[in-house]
Amino acid sequence: MSMSTNKSKSAATTPEPGKGHFVMKSPLSLLWVVGIVAVMAVPIAAPSLKLLFTFAMAKGLGVLGVTVLLRAGQVSFGHALYFGIAAYAGAFLMAAMPSTDFLIVLVAGVIGATLAGLFVGLFVVRYRGIFFGMLNLAFSMIFWSILEKFYHYTGGADGIRLERPTVFGSAMNHTDFGLVLYYMLVALMIGLGWYTIRWFNSPVGQLFQTIKTNETRLEYLGISPKRALLSGYLLSAALCGVGGVMMGMAQGVVTPEYVWWVRSAEMVFIAVLGGAGSVQGAFLGALIYEAVRTYASVYAGDVWQMILGGFLLVIILFAPGGLIGILQSLFKRSNDKTGGGT
Amino acid sequence: MSDALLETRNLVIKFGGVTAADNVSLKIHEGRNLAIIGPNGAGKTTFLNICTGWLKPSQGQVLFEGRDITPLPPRKIVDRGVARAFQIPQLFTEHTALENLLIAVSARDKLRNTVMDMHAIPERDEMLHLLDMVGCADVADTLVVELSEGQRKLIDIAVALALKPKLLLMDEPTSGVASSEKLKIMDILIGALKEAQVTSVFVEHDMGIVENYADEVAVWNSGDVQLRGTPAEILEHPDVIRDVIGEVA
Repeated sequence: MSMSTNKSKSAATTPEPGKGHFVMKSPLSLLWVVGIVAVMAVPIAAPSLKLLFTFAMAKGLGVLGVTVLLRAGQVSFGHALYFGIAAYAGAFLMAAMPSTDFLIVLVAGVIGATLAGLFVGLFVVRYRGIFFGMLNLAFSMIFWSILEKFYHYTGGADGIRLERPTVFGSAMNHTDFGLVLYYMLVALMIGLGWYTIRWFNSPVGQLFQTIKTNETRLEYLGISPKRALLSGYLLSAALCGVGGVMMGMAQGVVTPEYVWWVRSAEMVFIAVLGGAGSVQGAFLGALIYEAVRTYASVYAGDVWQMILGGFLLVIILFAPGGLIGILQSLFKRSNDKTGGGT
Repeated sequence: MSDALLETRNLVIKFGGVTAADNVSLKIHEGRNLAIIGPNGAGKTTFLNICTGWLKPSQGQVLFEGRDITPLPPRKIVDRGVARAFQIPQLFTEHTALENLLIAVSARDKLRNTVMDMHAIPERDEMLHLLDMVGCADVADTLVVELSEGQRKLIDIAVALALKPKLLLMDEPTSGVASSEKLKIMDILIGALKEAQVTSVFVEHDMGIVENYADEVAVWNSGDVQLRGTPAEILEHPDVIRDVIGEVA
């Protein structure tokens, strides 16, 4: 990854390694700050876009999970499983204990997704490449059919309602709860995005990413490649879980559609669109995807998928670094020293 | 119990009709540099693969510090103190030379940190010193794919040394290295091994290297150790001159 190269170069020439990596000094970093401020202003400045941004951020968290695996060279075609499990966990919790606090719903959803990630992960980390991708798909479709068939528990294709949780003990109206969710999502996006970047550069994250280049050496360093992969798999499941349960609370209803394989493929699509392996790209990609989907379906009817497909084709052929890659190369010209992947 | 650091007892492994290890029994003593020589296909690399758990023998045992390590996977054997350098360097190609070592030391010390930048770990200075020791300090920040084959071999050995092994197994440490560089590299390497008090076994085709750097030589042929002795004894031996030296000359 170009990001790690840039970092190491700066790290080796500065006497204090590790310092200054996350200091906002490149124009691209500045852009992220401006971007976050703009996102925070949306509910006030452009309330009509609030829902679109809400969905984009929730989906972006799920895409972030897929992005983690891409760093190890693995593509999962079933990560909507964790998105869905978390949302259903939240819905079941609300059904069993009405007026539960939204933070507890969030935690329950993430725990559900992480446990599922551990269970499925123990199987799938034995495989790589196409087998890894397809096995994930298989697990997600098994869960999908369970949701469809066990109608009495899951509501079948209609799904179940996720009643509005309380916020710190007080019930809220629809609009206020929407705002709470919105700013919670902004906080999660910043916090988990930051954490994921740190994780990528940490010893644990670096060992995880060597899965992509040399598992033989990894084994000969005394590390189990399966366990290294599992560490990132759990992170990815948890991130998808955060996105899923937030999406569930935002929509107020959870359906098997959450787990449908098209949703999984969509996450991979967005990850590649944004910039495979890039944290910021996951959110930027999700925002653009949601925007195109919303507006193209209004103005371009049924051809919006074609527009997105063509867009992806152009990205893969001419800008394999995705939207982030394009942005980076634009900013590199103005500031050649700090390529600034972060 | 045995007095050897690593001991193999009656190792047998067959690939189809070829017996790559035919009742191999060998003791490797602490603090010595043992060279393994022999014609291609004699089973030298297979021996390293069995000792490190990559291949499982159909019969026989591998003991390290007197304990049976035969059934263990490579990573567990590495944890006991056996490191390996490869004929074709096994490196992390998207990382720099220094980062390869930082990853190795993160593995050695089982670092669990998920927030600290890998470049900020306290072991960084130790790894910079190691890079310096193998003469690669100037390429610390170069991606390993951009290095020469010789430099990659040195980084591969440095990665193994980063684990602070008790025993280092090297498969042709100087193959792919320009002949003018070979002696320099071996000087660096043997110096580093002595400094770190590491016992070593290296497969080698260059008899000049064997003569200068091995304390002992074991001659492989048809899957077993045919001869063993000091370099002077072995390199003068008529069978060795005929089967091994004749071939590589």
